[in-house]
Amino acid sequence: MIEFPELTERPSAGTAATTSIGSRPKARLSMADRVFALVAHGSGVTVLLIMGLVGLFLAARAGQALSKAGFAFFTTQAWEPDSGDFGIAGILTGTILIGVFAIMMATPFAIATALYISEYAPTKLKRSFVSLVDLMAAVPSVVYGLWGAFFLQEHAVGALNWVATYLGWIPFLSVPGHDSRDPLASPTDLKSSTFLAAMVVAMMVTPIASSVMREAFSQAPAGERESAYALGATRWGMIRAVVLPYGRGAIIGGTMLGLGRALGETITVTMIISPVFVIQPHVLEKGAISVSSLIALRYGEASDFGLSALFAAGLALFLMTMAVNFIASIIVSRSRSGSASEG
Amino acid sequence: MPARIQIRRQVSQRRETDVLALVGAVAAAASLTWLLFTQIAPFSGALGWLAVGYLTFLGVYALLVSLDENALTVRDRLAAAVIQSLAGVLLLILVFVIGYILVQGVTAMIHSNFYTQDLSATSPLDPLTRGGVLHGVVGTLIEITIALLITVPLGLTCSVFLSEFPGSFARLVRTFVEAMTALPSIVAGLFIYSTYILTFGLQKSGFAASLAMSVMMFPIIIRAADVVLRLVPGSLTEASLALGASRWRTVWHVTLPSARSGLATAVILGTARGIGETSPVLLTAGYGGGLNLDPRSGPMVSLPLLAFTLRNSPQHVMVARAFGAASLLMVLVLLLFVVARRLGGQGPGVLTPKQQRRRDHQSTLDAGRIAGRIAGRIADRRLRARAADVVGPDAELRYETQSGVSQ
Repeated sequence: MIEFPELTERPSAGTAATTSIGSRPKARLSMADRVFALVAHGSGVTVLLIMGLVGLFLAARAGQALSKAGFAFFTTQAWEPDSGDFGIAGILTGTILIGVFAIMMATPFAIATALYISEYAPTKLKRSFVSLVDLMAAVPSVVYGLWGAFFLQEHAVGALNWVATYLGWIPFLSVPGHDSRDPLASPTDLKSSTFLAAMVVAMMVTPIASSVMREAFSQAPAGERESAYALGATRWGMIRAVVLPYGRGAIIGGTMLGLGRALGETITVTMIISPVFVIQPHVLEKGAISVSSLIALRYGEASDFGLSALFAAGLALFLMTMAVNFIASIIVSRSRSGSASEG
Repeated sequence: MPARIQIRRQVSQRRETDVLALVGAVAAAASLTWLLFTQIAPFSGALGWLAVGYLTFLGVYALLVSLDENALTVRDRLAAAVIQSLAGVLLLILVFVIGYILVQGVTAMIHSNFYTQDLSATSPLDPLTRGGVLHGVVGTLIEITIALLITVPLGLTCSVFLSEFPGSFARLVRTFVEAMTALPSIVAGLFIYSTYILTFGLQKSGFAASLAMSVMMFPIIIRAADVVLRLVPGSLTEASLALGASRWRTVWHVTLPSARSGLATAVILGTARGIGETSPVLLTAGYGGGLNLDPRSGPMVSLPLLAFTLRNSPQHVMVARAFGAASLLMVLVLLLFVVARRLGGQGPGVLTPKQQRRRDHQSTLDAGRIAGRIAGRIADRRLRARAADVVGPDAELRYETQSGVSQ
């Protein structure tokens, strides 16, 4: 039962003249205010319910497939639900690889953009830059997917080839079966890879992380900033001493928020990769997969049981993303910047 | 004694040596990279050019600055160069992506039939002068309208709840909402698919797509509106409450109007995000080639879904149409953003110049009216005092003054 402390009326023991010691006079709320409080609390409950229902329905639909597969769901490296052989081992690994590489590429850019907007940008242009970064976050994923598939794939292959050749001794950067010094080697061995998908997803994730960080950086206390300058620090010295420690929670939180978004990115990944269902540790090699692109690719021709398996994968993704975001919001709210602005 | 000559002090932070160091470093890096790539080493490729050039620039810049300054300043300048260049690269990439899509979509967008026909009567080999994306545009508009009708009342009420009734429950709701801002769009589509279509047994339709879009838009609208409502100055609400208004009236007459522009921005940002989502519509609305005006039945395509599906076609014409649909979508999002920026204005309580002029004019009128009323009362009193001298203190006097008939 929800408590409405503002609405509870203590039965008064008489008129104001006879109030006993220790009882506080409580306000009588008008009907309008009671209805308002009810409606407001109701909307909060509704929103909470919707969120909870998402998880509940996914779990209900996924039950059939999960009960059939059992624990092998997490260790199998194939996706043939109709023959009973399906598991998200490779798919989950692919999702995590895309997410991790995307956030690795996004974090330096996000921190740099946030620092630039809060420290270096001319004051009159700050709002424009903030709008530009928000615009980058609002660009539809189809647009990024089209750009990635038609432009980046063609033009980045050269650089990725170089990396595979000269940095191929690092195990996950090698492309087995592709000799780049051979002029007849097919360039498509390097397209549709995890790394390419991660590059495009990084562009989608950077503005989100950057906004969170920028909000924290601009709240760094002016007194501390000026103390740093007064002690003779340069601008970068002040940033390192005041702004970055203040925004440390926001940096971590923003990064994790971006990671949550990167894990769930569907359309961009679907448009770039060509799917494989085994664990693919070579990020430069063609063939990648993520949970959301699996669902987008397979839902159309899935049978009932196949649909249930897809729901199970979706549930796993949902739980993973929720966990990452919960941790992110807790870190941000506990940081110095978050606790200062919490209502 | 002659006055001491004053030397003009330079207060700007930028000095000639700084600018020269920057320009010199860029020039040196460009030439060195050119030398490296064409004469000395077997490197090739534009990306390699940029990478090597950037590193060379940083090295040469550090060297040039260290000729004049100490190590502390060198580190500061280097950090500033790195930060500003990374931020610049990000913004350049954004401009480039948008530009690329628009340029590629122009070939399809210049035909007027692109906006007036749909693809039901077009075969895959037809040229760009036949067929269009009308069904995508109409589908997007219908779906987003229904989604807004669902999301805006509930979302704004929830954000009002979060700002008006702070407490542990509100903190719980806020944590949930913030966690849900990164709900994968495919999961939202799956949710509606499993409830609306599988459990309730209804068809794939535009309405289901609207429901899925609203699940995606809720957290964004609630979060943005919550931030705006928290910025409304407490003095305004407290003044209203002190004057005896109930909480409800305070919210309706004071809080919401002051935050009006910020709330509009929040709604528009949520709309921009909702319009661009493909996967919820993919799962819940299905793909059909014809124009469908009924959201309750039949597949209803949206612009992003159209671009996503057409892109897989092996025909160049269809891919051009996909780019055209994506460009149209991009133009729509840009338009929404410009509108949001204009509406956003400054924070609550701060007015645009036009609003300020209007308010000044109203204040002048009010001042004139109040002054007239005061003058009228003073005139009343003087007139009454003079009349009492003449007629006696008990006589009744009726006459018209500026403030109306008075006794």
